Amino acid sequence: MKKLVWLMVFLGLMGFSLALAQPRTVKVGFVSTLSGGGAALGIDVRDGFNLALRHLNNQLGGLPVEVIVADDQQNPDVARQAVDRMLKRDRVDFLTGIIFSNILLAVGDAIFEEKVFYISPNAGPSEYAGEQCNPYFVNVAWQNDNLHEAMGQYVQTRRFENVFLLAPNYPAGRDALTGFKRYFKGRVVAEVYHRLNQLDFSAEIAQIRAARPKAVYAFEPGAMGVNFIKQYAEAGLLREIPLFLPGFSADADVIRAVGRGMVGIYNSSQWTLELNNPINQRFVEDFRKTYNRTPTLYASQGYDAALLLDAAIKAVGGDLSKKDELRKAMLAGFNSTRGPLRFSPNGYPIQNYYLRQVIQQPGGEIVNRQVGTIFTNHRDAYVDRCKLR
Amino acid sequence: MRWIFPTVLLGLLLAFPPIAAAMGLEFYQGLLTKIMIFALAASSLNLILGYGGMVSFGHAAYFGLGAYTVAILMREGVTSGWVIWAVAVGLSALLALLIGAISLRTRGIYFIMITLAFAQMIYYLVVSFKQYGGEDGLRARRPEFGLFELNDTTLYYLTLGVLLAALYLLYRLVHSRFGRVLQAIRENEARALALGYPVFHFQLVAFVLAGALAGLAGVLMAHYTQYASPNLLAWQQSGHLMMMVILGGVGQFWGGVLGALVLSLVEEILQDLTIHWQLGVGLILLFIVLFAPKGLAGLMRRGS
Amino acid sequence: MPPSLFIEQVLNGFQFGLMLFLLAAGLTLVLGIMDTINLAHGSLYMIGAYLTATLVGVTGSFWLAVLGAVLGTALIGMLLELSVLRQLYRRDHLSQVLATFALILIINEVVRMIWGSQPLLLSTPEALSGPVEILPGLYYPAFRLVIIGVGLLVALLLFWLVNRTRVGMWLRAGASNREMAQAMGVPIKPLFTLLFGVGAGLCAIAGAFLGPILAVQIGMGESILILAFVVIVIGGIGSIKGALVGALLVGLVDTAGRAFLPLLLSRVASPEVASNLGPALASILIYLLMAVVLFFRPQGLFPART
Repeated sequence: MKKLVWLMVFLGLMGFSLALAQPRTVKVGFVSTLSGGGAALGIDVRDGFNLALRHLNNQLGGLPVEVIVADDQQNPDVARQAVDRMLKRDRVDFLTGIIFSNILLAVGDAIFEEKVFYISPNAGPSEYAGEQCNPYFVNVAWQNDNLHEAMGQYVQTRRFENVFLLAPNYPAGRDALTGFKRYFKGRVVAEVYHRLNQLDFSAEIAQIRAARPKAVYAFEPGAMGVNFIKQYAEAGLLREIPLFLPGFSADADVIRAVGRGMVGIYNSSQWTLELNNPINQRFVEDFRKTYNRTPTLYASQGYDAALLLDAAIKAVGGDLSKKDELRKAMLAGFNSTRGPLRFSPNGYPIQNYYLRQVIQQPGGEIVNRQVGTIFTNHRDAYVDRCKLR
Repeated sequence: MRWIFPTVLLGLLLAFPPIAAAMGLEFYQGLLTKIMIFALAASSLNLILGYGGMVSFGHAAYFGLGAYTVAILMREGVTSGWVIWAVAVGLSALLALLIGAISLRTRGIYFIMITLAFAQMIYYLVVSFKQYGGEDGLRARRPEFGLFELNDTTLYYLTLGVLLAALYLLYRLVHSRFGRVLQAIRENEARALALGYPVFHFQLVAFVLAGALAGLAGVLMAHYTQYASPNLLAWQQSGHLMMMVILGGVGQFWGGVLGALVLSLVEEILQDLTIHWQLGVGLILLFIVLFAPKGLAGLMRRGS
Repeated sequence: MPPSLFIEQVLNGFQFGLMLFLLAAGLTLVLGIMDTINLAHGSLYMIGAYLTATLVGVTGSFWLAVLGAVLGTALIGMLLELSVLRQLYRRDHLSQVLATFALILIINEVVRMIWGSQPLLLSTPEALSGPVEILPGLYYPAFRLVIIGVGLLVALLLFWLVNRTRVGMWLRAGASNREMAQAMGVPIKPLFTLLFGVGAGLCAIAGAFLGPILAVQIGMGESILILAFVVIVIGGIGSIKGALVGALLVGLVDTAGRAFLPLLLSRVASPEVASNLGPALASILIYLLMAVVLFFRPQGLFPART
């Protein structure tokens, strides 16, 4: 018995000294939705992130990277357990990956309390943009309202008399319609929220048909978007009432699933396939080559999350204990797939928003093409309420 | 001699937190806390399931209610831990009284289904309150206890104490006259009735006690995760608790504790090994049902 | 409320109710005759949907795929009966619940291993992907009409099978008194295996037709399984008629709750509150219905056992 104890002590010491001897690595916890209806989003972000790591030779700011991946199953409870494990057992240096705002809000406190940076590649809840903004939060994608603000602005310029609004009932859904209404000044016929992850839209479609609006605006990410657009077309409404979407519901993942029904639809995005800069060109080309599919805005966000980490860690010379300097370096901006990207003090980006349209190319391929710019250097609406500087 | 093993085990449990702190194993201290909480919940279910023969498929209702009581009271500004405990246990007992009074009029599959129905109603009711988090769950801050500050380590000892007290209570109970009558009802309800025992009242008392203990387990769970999740109320959670009891041994005194320990460890280990960990859990469970109907406690008894 | 909206929602409720019936029919017979709780029934529904989605890719025809999926799922169902469920007939409900819960976990993971974690795509057949004018000015998706038709057809077939054929007679005898049926020389064992296969086939039909409307994904069987149980408990265990009535009740209540409660509530509250409470109240309504039915008729509406 005694021998066993000494052996264990010895082994423990050995392990400790080994850990000291090794070069510092960056541990990144990647919690994302990798199964179920939102899986396409999480997988795109993950693949984008991994592609960036490959381009960076598996290093971030010169330090070797270890990525720990977990599937949150789009369930706040599962996400909390995964985050708890990464913070307390694996002791990660950064966390990233979460797709859905309700999941992020369920784990955010736990991450910030441990003074670990969360780099959001997607979820951008209004909560973290205003009064509750946090120095350990940076979002490389957008604030939830932004793409919808852009679409509200566009539908406004088309002078539709009224519009029917539809979104799932969760933080990003409420942010979405708030954002749309901030720029659309016409009448809102009805504002319908449904359960998150609902897949049968027959009840909502019947409501739309009965309300006879001039246009419909729907925020439906992932499988919800696929199902809603298919069922909207099957009910014969696509020809009668024009449908406007944010980029989330009209990107390559949805186009692959819905097909020709998508042609003609206008949508908004902070990123497009055609953005003319070397980072984006390399990203799009290599993403297609590596994964054999067209990248989405989600994939670009995952790619940019890794680029941001790389730039920030480089700026502090690999010393991850300099938290203040790290934050300053992150907010100072970096070169992204969208060109040089800057941030507001609340950690949200200041950027352009583009109008895209789904078109069928002569070869038959259906793509989402950039057709205009809606906002330039647009900030989120909550930044003034954030006390951080 | 037979006291050596439990004493050593207790000593190890008492000594674990300082060891964990020294070796950076706080995560495993948390895991042990979680296992003890599940042991409490599963033991409470074992009282009605094992000793009372009442197959309740809605035990998650009390477990989740306990957790949500913490979260909601803290949010509404009630910060005394003792008050929160009293309210949570009282509410769980009351809910069990209500559900039991109606459900115990049915038998067999109908009892299983009606307890499930009530638990589902509670689930949807809680989820419909968006101001309390809805489907996203609600943050449950740790309350003040006055005598000590509730942190991960004090919670560990608190949970250990509550579990030991509850097990003592349950042990005395199942070996009392009440416990023997309860088991007699399980074996032959008609005979117990004929002998003049108020079967309904005996069953209802056990049902309420089990609900109250499950509520207390839910309170501890909320202290542990600092979060009240609708998952705690879901029917899968009821199934999970049932799995622990059956795995450990239905109507075996240590069944709940053993089941919680083994199932949690198996899940933890398999989860690290493979993303298909549920396959392993499923196969083990199926094996237990088909080949070891008395659970692990039964196997160990046969072995010794 | 315009009448067209009302008609459309009733049709939606009918469509959902009939699909629930397909699941509930097999479940109620298994439970009524074999006295066995099978939580893995929902997994057969999932398998049916996955097989359909895969076979559409192989054959290119939705209808061929449905046929193949029904046969394939029935076969898997019978294999499950022969290997696991047969061991459980004489065991208590508790063991049955646990063993079939374990089956859910196992089947979910096997499906994940074969098809991956992402939902599969199953499209409505091209010819049925448009709307049909059922009344002047009232359009309804063609595929949903087909679902209603298929549901009614299968219900009729089942009623004929149970009430007019020898096998049906055996089944009814088994449901009302198993010992008696066995004494009268009913071949219980093969009958059970066959019955299980039929139940699995019905699940596959529901999976194939709901797949294009919902999503073919892991866990799709679990939420609908609980509803199917509610249906058969309301209807009375072992009764096909009860399952049909219960399924339509649940389908209509669920759709009405989702469609009309938010509308009603939005007159008194904000859209967010209305859409929070509406679906939750609708879900609660279903379970409340079940609790009330059980309180007054502890054996359900149409008890099979006498």
